[in-house]
Amino acid sequence: MDQLLSLLNENARLTTKQLAVMLNISEDEVTKKIAQYEKDGVIRGYKALVNWEKVDKNKSSALIELRVSPKRDRGFDEIANRIMQFEEVDSVYLMSGGYDLAVKVHGKSMHDIAVFVMRKLATLDSVLSTSTHFILTRYKDGGVILDPEGEQDERRSVFSD
Amino acid sequence: MILKANRMSEGVSSVIDYRHVLNSNVQALKPSGIRRFFDIANEFDDVISLSIGEPDFMTPWHVREEAIRNLQDGNTWYSPNRGFLELRREISHFIKLHYHIDYDPKAEILVTVGGSEAIDLALRCLVSPGDEVLIPEPSFVCYKPLTQMAGGVPVVIETKEEEKFRLKPEALQAKITPKSKVLILPYPNNPTGAVMHRADLEKIADVVKANHLMVLSDEIYSELTYGDSRHVSFASLDGMKECTVLVNGFSKTFAMTGWRLGYAAAPEPIITQMTKLHQFGIMSAPTTAQHAAVEALKNGESDIIEMREQYDMRRRLIVEGFNSMGLSCFEPEGAFYVFPCIKSTGLSSEEFSKRLVYNERVAVVPGNAFGDCGEGYVRVSYSYSTKHIIEALSRIGRFVKKGKGLP
Repeated sequence: MDQLLSLLNENARLTTKQLAVMLNISEDEVTKKIAQYEKDGVIRGYKALVNWEKVDKNKSSALIELRVSPKRDRGFDEIANRIMQFEEVDSVYLMSGGYDLAVKVHGKSMHDIAVFVMRKLATLDSVLSTSTHFILTRYKDGGVILDPEGEQDERRSVFSD
Repeated sequence: MILKANRMSEGVSSVIDYRHVLNSNVQALKPSGIRRFFDIANEFDDVISLSIGEPDFMTPWHVREEAIRNLQDGNTWYSPNRGFLELRREISHFIKLHYHIDYDPKAEILVTVGGSEAIDLALRCLVSPGDEVLIPEPSFVCYKPLTQMAGGVPVVIETKEEEKFRLKPEALQAKITPKSKVLILPYPNNPTGAVMHRADLEKIADVVKANHLMVLSDEIYSELTYGDSRHVSFASLDGMKECTVLVNGFSKTFAMTGWRLGYAAAPEPIITQMTKLHQFGIMSAPTTAQHAAVEALKNGESDIIEMREQYDMRRRLIVEGFNSMGLSCFEPEGAFYVFPCIKSTGLSSEEFSKRLVYNERVAVVPGNAFGDCGEGYVRVSYSYSTKHIIEALSRIGRFVKKGKGLP
């Protein structure tokens, strides 16, 4: 895999200069490559990984398993497209195994999410059943350990008692 | 509590004067300069460190898993004194594949408790009282004291930044006396990151041959070299296997520091003597670590490459960082250290390092901890995440810009 992508995937705030130095290529090349990735849709955006619980204790997330009936010709695409329009929805995946769609939703509170599932998701025509799992604690999200305690450096000097 | 401890030590010292009990050679050894500096950095709890000399990567999971499996199976006995034959076979194979030297796993390889034990054993087996041991500096802190404890006399050879901290044949030749016995070759080098290329080593080999020296080649960072040329082992040079003890290990190559596993490869008569000492002093290297090491050698090639790529990116980042803040930084080709020159600040290595901790809470190691000629430099480790390195660099940059900082 292109190391430029791995570096950005890990930290999108690295400057063009830092990227150029680390990859041993010119800054121009970095700029060009990133522009191409953006154009090709390989890079789809840059956003901060926020630990929302620190800002608002009530914020809540859930994983919802959906069983749906696929539409003739369009399979699951239509219902997936419908669901991802809701602003509460963070991600939508088509799954193998016991259910069809996995939907991750964020809400201001658990109540908020419950209402969203009851009123908006469960009522959609092709949705057969829903099973909502509230997330209790996020230890690691998007590859990042959320509690900095979890990444403390345990190494010590070679010479220590 | 403190009072009680004091009283106890007073009481004891009135009975025995330990200065007369303890061996005078060991008492004469100077404690490590790295240690002294860590005690300063430890006064603060918000220090970010670029001072650690071990990989930040965890031991690859498949290696840890193999150790766990062996523990579950109850494989917890002593191994043969020299180490499991299967491990020695894998080591022999690894050396052949990477450095093109043939070592007989049955007679020419000894598995030790880290590379350090191998260095200690080799010195004790090669050095007779009064023999001189040639030690290029700056280099890791163990060679001098271990030489002294083996009854030898350390003879320092200074290496210079202008010569990329490589050992030059003229500098070696200049220090040779009738008592010269062992040359230590610590490359890739801790703390400078210097490496010796084939042409450099060949010139050293000529001097070694002409003066019948033995060579202790500490190649613990051999898998961490950057750029186009891979590590060349001194023992692979024509005629040099016979006079070389090759020391290597698992700590840096496979991020296995805490497992304490290394090895020596050398001609049979040397290994035979080293094995005696190892038998009496150690018995055998840790069994679980040996099982893990077999797995590392068999299936760890991709881990090495992955880690090397990561180190290489950080290396470029940190070299550029120091150069652009005006601290000229020799471009290291090996290990995971840079050794920037701090003479332009007008501070000594220790003063620079101390003030950097007091003012900006960044810990680096003063260069003179690795020999007097390391004065004017500091050792900076890049076995840290890029995020950590970038933050540390920006703090150091701020410190340098402000001038000498508060005392």
